[in-house]
Amino acid sequence: MSAAAPPAVEASAPATETLSAYARRWWSNVRGGELGSLPIIIGLVVIAVIFQVQNDRFLTAGNFVNLIVQTAPYAVIAMGVTFALLLGEIDLSIGFVSGVGGVLTAILLTPDGNELPAAVVIAIAVAAGLAIGTLHGLIITKVGVPSFVVTLAGLLAWNGVVLLLIGSKGTVILQNDFVIGIANDFLPPATAWLLALVCVALYAATQLVRLRSRRTARLETDPPLIVALRIAGLAVVLAVIVAVANQDRGVPYVGLLVAALFVGWTFVLNRTQFGRHIYAVGGNAEAARRAGIDVDRVRIACFAIVSAMAVLGGLILASRLRSVDTNTGGGQALLYPIAAAVIGGTSLFGGRGTMKAALLGAVVMLSIDNGLGLLGLSSGTKFVLTGAVLLLAVTVDSISRRGREASGRA
Amino acid sequence: MSEGSGGRQTAPPGGPLLELRKVSKSFGAVQVLYDVDFHVSAGEVMALVGDNGAGKSTLIKCIAGIHPIDGGEIVFDSKPVNVSGPKDAADLGIEVVYQDLALADNLDVVQNMYLGREQVGSLLRLDETAMEKRASETLKGLSVTTISSVRQTVAGLSGGQRQSVAVAKAVMWNSRVVILDEPTAALGVAQTRQVLDLVKRLGEQGLAVILISHNLHDVFEVADTITVLRLGQNVAEFKRSETNPQKVVEAITAGTLSEVPGQDTEVLA
Repeated sequence: MSAAAPPAVEASAPATETLSAYARRWWSNVRGGELGSLPIIIGLVVIAVIFQVQNDRFLTAGNFVNLIVQTAPYAVIAMGVTFALLLGEIDLSIGFVSGVGGVLTAILLTPDGNELPAAVVIAIAVAAGLAIGTLHGLIITKVGVPSFVVTLAGLLAWNGVVLLLIGSKGTVILQNDFVIGIANDFLPPATAWLLALVCVALYAATQLVRLRSRRTARLETDPPLIVALRIAGLAVVLAVIVAVANQDRGVPYVGLLVAALFVGWTFVLNRTQFGRHIYAVGGNAEAARRAGIDVDRVRIACFAIVSAMAVLGGLILASRLRSVDTNTGGGQALLYPIAAAVIGGTSLFGGRGTMKAALLGAVVMLSIDNGLGLLGLSSGTKFVLTGAVLLLAVTVDSISRRGREASGRA
Repeated sequence: MSEGSGGRQTAPPGGPLLELRKVSKSFGAVQVLYDVDFHVSAGEVMALVGDNGAGKSTLIKCIAGIHPIDGGEIVFDSKPVNVSGPKDAADLGIEVVYQDLALADNLDVVQNMYLGREQVGSLLRLDETAMEKRASETLKGLSVTTISSVRQTVAGLSGGQRQSVAVAKAVMWNSRVVILDEPTAALGVAQTRQVLDLVKRLGEQGLAVILISHNLHDVFEVADTITVLRLGQNVAEFKRSETNPQKVVEAITAGTLSEVPGQDTEVLA
């Protein structure tokens, strides 16, 4: 017996939102500080224009493929660290955990007579990442040490592990064609087109299924034109990527890997119970606890994901450089991913962030890195300029947050 | 405790739905509740009033299973029950809306109403359509019309709207007893109106409602019965129709403290 037995819903339930109402809602969201991907897309256009004016090699097919390969490792680590940021926590150890992943892979694949198959080695490395993250998570939740301190200690300790694993060799050359191929081999042009087509078809199918199930349930639906535009938008973006990349070497396998991780984790965050619980814990941990969510388990799982993704990123980085050395995991591998997530619009206070933010943020970071490299600027100048962009992005976020507070959406 | 239930108009035939008999509770050396008797029937709005430190919060936390009771018994549906955790209370159909509402600001109305009890469809996928449909039906059933879209985040809602969401969340799960802790404390005039109307409707729909409030004006507007706690003892029980705020204030501030049961009959008479 439901005490709140609802009355029968009338047939006049809201149907399709009109296009003008949709546009008005979008604009009021923008003015209220819900900028979404708008600033970052404007930023990308500005970056592309500036670098193209300075150096006409920036917008070439060859450099585009380079950019995909350069972005991939940081995008993967950034997607991972988003899981910590969503909880309002931080993981400073991602750089050297990625280093451990790369070094472990290179050493286990050294052809000394008892090397393992590449798939097994990758599985071992990812499992090591999961174990490292679980360890961090257990200390953070069960002992109660702040994540900043635990992962700061991790930053030192895993740096030490990288040095210990490499030992006196200094550099380990990666000698496995499969792992090197991740970042250095390219999809045949036809296969790339086929995959893009499949992606668009699947996306269109999910959108239409959603539209139909909401119609049958008499729930408000997005205007069909907007749905069509979304599908067309994805089709255009993928077509441009494939067409441009195919003019040069083609779409790198690592691009496919990043896309798969992006789709998979987006599904987990938006469409599964686990994802919903992550947002709940990040938004209001006490409410989540009272709702019966095992907050500690969600936290530990997130830190495990962060480290596992860091290992994957380290593996891609090792694949791209074809070797690992004592500097593996230092510098950029820590700072770029966190900066990428934040530039994309992920909040450091938890509860707000997406995989798209991490991916787009990484594209911005690496476009700047790549463009400044083409201009032949020194590392010093590169870091200063990248820092300034990061500050600018966070400033935009702070100002838009003021907009959210003013309109009561903080 | 049967003396009050006979004449109550809104109560259906039969005894109280939830009854506390001689419940006591202490934290270490401090005894907070002394042999408290308390009861609420289906369709009744029972106000629980008392000064700060009277034991109101402790009493509802005992009912909600957050604090185990030291003595006495809790009777639900005429059967003694053991409430040793929030889950036991939820299984009985007892839901609490705490003062802080426990809503996640970054989630939308539907996501908050289903928090921790999400409906999962095939392939681990959340069944958003079903959840959204039922959430809007529940809000409609409670005549909550001020929320324009159930897909907006809770952060953008006013205090009254947030309270409505929290109440709707509590009644969606076949609840039979809803406990509201100071639901109007932080609200303006118009929003208090909304929430009080909502509380009345809960009673009309046959739920047993326990309303904790400092505001006697609100209490006299919606409550059928008023229980007064003072320093951990229940000192009086009034029917709203037979009393006035002054008598209630007297009981809150100077009600006779005694552990002898039956003293409230004197006040009622």
